[in-house]
Amino acid sequence: MRIVGPIIAVCALAGIAWLGTGPLSLYTLFGVIIPYCAFAAFVVGFIIRILNWGRSAVPFRIPTTAGQEKSLPWIKQNKLDNPSSKAGVVGRMALEVLFFRSLFRNASTEKTEDGIAIGSAKWLWLFALIFHWSMLIIVLRHFRLFLDPIPAWITALEGLDGMFQIGLPVIYLTDLGIVAGITFLFIRRVVVPRIRYISQTIDYFPLVLLFGIALAGIIMRYFTKVDMSAVKELTLGLVRFTPQATVTEPIFYIHIFLVCCLLVYFPWSKLMHAGGIFLSPTRNMANNSRAVRHVNPWNYEVKKHTYEEYENENWEKMQALGLPLDYEHVKEEEPPAEAEAGAAEGAPEAANTEDSEG
Amino acid sequence: MAKLPNRTEMLDFDFSLPPEGWMDTKTEFKDGMFCHAVKPEKLETVGMPNAHKWSASDEDWGLPENWKEIILQGMADRLEKYRSFKLFMDVCVRCGACADKCHFYMGTGDPKNMPVLRAELLRSVYKRYFTRAGRMFGSLVGARDLTEDVIKEWWYYFYQCTECRRCSAFCPYGIDQAEITIMGRELLNLLGLNTDWIAGPVENCYMRGNHVGLTPPAILDNVEFMMDDLETVTGHHFEPSFNRKGAEILLVCPSGDLFAEPGTFTFMGYIMLLEHLGLDYTLSTYASEGGNFGFFTSNEMAKRLNSKIYAEAERLGVKWILGGECGHMWRLMQQYMDTWNGPADFLEQPVSPITGTVFENAASTKMVHMVEFTADLIYNKKIKLDPSRNDDWVVTFHDSCNTARGMGILEEPRYIIKNVCNHFYEMPDETIREKTLCCGSGSGLNAGENMELRMRGGFPRAEAVRSVVDRFGVNMVANICAIDRAAMPALMDYWNPGVGIVGTHELVGNALVLDENDHRTMNLRQEELPSARKEKEIADAVAAVNGPENGEGGAA
Ligand code: HEM
Ligand code: SF4
Ligand code: SF4
Repeated sequence: MRIVGPIIAVCALAGIAWLGTGPLSLYTLFGVIIPYCAFAAFVVGFIIRILNWGRSAVPFRIPTTAGQEKSLPWIKQNKLDNPSSKAGVVGRMALEVLFFRSLFRNASTEKTEDGIAIGSAKWLWLFALIFHWSMLIIVLRHFRLFLDPIPAWITALEGLDGMFQIGLPVIYLTDLGIVAGITFLFIRRVVVPRIRYISQTIDYFPLVLLFGIALAGIIMRYFTKVDMSAVKELTLGLVRFTPQATVTEPIFYIHIFLVCCLLVYFPWSKLMHAGGIFLSPTRNMANNSRAVRHVNPWNYEVKKHTYEEYENENWEKMQALGLPLDYEHVKEEEPPAEAEAGAAEGAPEAANTEDSEG
Repeated sequence: MAKLPNRTEMLDFDFSLPPEGWMDTKTEFKDGMFCHAVKPEKLETVGMPNAHKWSASDEDWGLPENWKEIILQGMADRLEKYRSFKLFMDVCVRCGACADKCHFYMGTGDPKNMPVLRAELLRSVYKRYFTRAGRMFGSLVGARDLTEDVIKEWWYYFYQCTECRRCSAFCPYGIDQAEITIMGRELLNLLGLNTDWIAGPVENCYMRGNHVGLTPPAILDNVEFMMDDLETVTGHHFEPSFNRKGAEILLVCPSGDLFAEPGTFTFMGYIMLLEHLGLDYTLSTYASEGGNFGFFTSNEMAKRLNSKIYAEAERLGVKWILGGECGHMWRLMQQYMDTWNGPADFLEQPVSPITGTVFENAASTKMVHMVEFTADLIYNKKIKLDPSRNDDWVVTFHDSCNTARGMGILEEPRYIIKNVCNHFYEMPDETIREKTLCCGSGSGLNAGENMELRMRGGFPRAEAVRSVVDRFGVNMVANICAIDRAAMPALMDYWNPGVGIVGTHELVGNALVLDENDHRTMNLRQEELPSARKEKEIADAVAAVNGPENGEGGAA
């Protein structure tokens, strides 16, 4: 059900788009109103999520250090895996975002009869990278629909993407890449027992949805040709706020309806990793907390056992040992030894701060 | 106590998975895999909430009536206080890259020991009560209700995580299960659900200044004893001072080094070195613990225990602080202390009085790691070393999790070891430095009653050691961590008998040449040195050749 459910759901979504634009011809609804709403929902949702994370404090400087830290001048620091400066952090983050550096470390652990074996495992990294890069380039290529005249960089990108000149229309590498990537990631979830065990419905759903989008796009481009001038009229119209839905092919509306679903779903799902990674405290902080003080905005006073109390409790012993003493000895009986008695009664002050209820 | 399974029994598991999903498997409390429940007195002394008598094997854990409210409110607070917590609850894609990186998973095959599932134990509750999707769609989006069984599951599995951060190194978003475990344990502590093994040292450390609860006379006695041993070995008598005002440097060590072998040998190494250099330093009986089991309890408790270090440095009027070899102690000194209890503006930027090196990396905390200090000495050729004194040992180095993934002290100890030992070999790349495997006993799990857990958790590390034992004849594992020194001897005895554990400064102490007359015959453990043995062999051989002719000693 965790696997079949999302497939049914995505088929149903495609069905809705087909129904709405085939038999019902609700072109303006599916071509204009829903896309505007979805885009707005995406932007607002994305911002809310980022602000929401941003609202939480970063009390401590906790980078996960993955290389030699800055130390003595003659010891070579690993500036990217253990950055001590802003530049280093930017470099580390760029490597994470562009090349999935941490995922590249991946290894696989197998249990043998009398031990364990750690082996190389770069497949996830490779296909994750193919999938994401393909997606990014595809998204960038789509800008041709929203810009007029078409900027040179898009044409160049298209040229690069269609470099091998296979087929007519030219097959884009990224189209192959995204299908291969999603297929790998999906199959991996289904067949690798460990991954299948941790996977939930919400892990299959985005993959199926993205696959649906890619499939509809590929069908449009390579099989049932759509009227591209009508499409461009609509997309440019959307950008210029003069939209006119003259496209009539349901496959096109299936494609953009699924994209709208993705846009709406995106901010409230795990897909927000795209924004979250930039805020991750173990990756976006410099490891310099011994050189530069980090301030915790909610740091508060706590109950301590002071040296004075300590000395008093150990006074006789310390005197006998000839250890230097700071204070006059206060005998237990005189004032009701406050620290201990207070604590035994539940030390209201400390208890309160510990207990978040208080 | 549960009987420890033998090697074959221990390894009789695989990574196969149960047919039913993880949410539907009830936690089974296996003897040997968890610590005793905390005794209420210990919590009361330090003022932790909801102290009560309970036991993990009980059906009823005696939770306070409003336990659910406490947990949910506790979560709400922490989601605001820690961006890490909130973000890590939200962004996991369950790619599974972390799944097989945890030593507890590798050693138990229990799927809930995969970091991603350990996180889901808490994430599922987060989703149910703090996200709209979870409230609306429940288990469809991986959400579940908070029940007493969930609390028990948390307790079992958050005390099967050593907060080692290995998973975090592999996660594409840096999701750090250690951070989530820390939150989980804080929440459990709101209900009085600590372990006794953690709460005991916390109480000791709060009241007496150190985890083992050593009083001033006990500390001085132990140190005197060690100094007598040092005199036996080196012929020199050293008298470190305590609580001395006006010293230049305050030396803070993990109390394990004052307490038991082989930590005591490491301590002897520090003292020999500092005395040999004629440094103006002192120790404190009040700040007699660098380690901090409070960190395994709650942020607040950790801060409370840590406060004495700066307080004592200020009271004694020292210029800077030198810290001994300890893993979690150092993660806190680096990533937390200044934030908690700083700024230490009453101290000065540390400068080595011997080499003049300014420790720029410690400009704010004013605290220097002993291996940084010593590496600097060696680099500047300020001490004379005779590595052959460690020739009986074929050494490898185990990076402790905290210094590796919470600091990045990787080269300093290696540099030292290569200068004080002639035989050093690295374990496989996948198991050292930032990928180091945990000893299996960190974060307060080094108790006796959970020995099976410790042996299982330490198994991947032991395997890596075994590989260098087989290839290079390694017989000694060096480290810079007091927990390693306390916990790894048992691990080695179990998996790799005959392999010993040694603190890096014990190796330094052995190799350190105090003066021209420093002709030692034994190491700090009072075992015969290879040179002495050779001399004896030669003498014996000479005696054997000469013996009969001289007519003395016969055939002896
Ligand atoms: C800053 C940009 C992004 C970065 C750095 C990033 C990085 C990653 C990484 C490292 C993974 C884990 C490997 C994997 O399972 O493939 C992943 C998974 C995934 N990403 Fe992204 N991503 C980004 C943007 C996006 C966007 C915009 C989408 C979709 C619209 C997306 C969709 C996915 C999906 C569906 C998965 C899960 C794959 C699976 O289920 O196995 N990502 N991402
Ligand atoms: S590696 Fe990170 S994103 Fe992947 S499953 Fe583990 S915690 Fe989640
Ligand atoms: S922090 Fe270490 S012990 Fe905890 S889940 Fe991650 S790898 Fe396992």
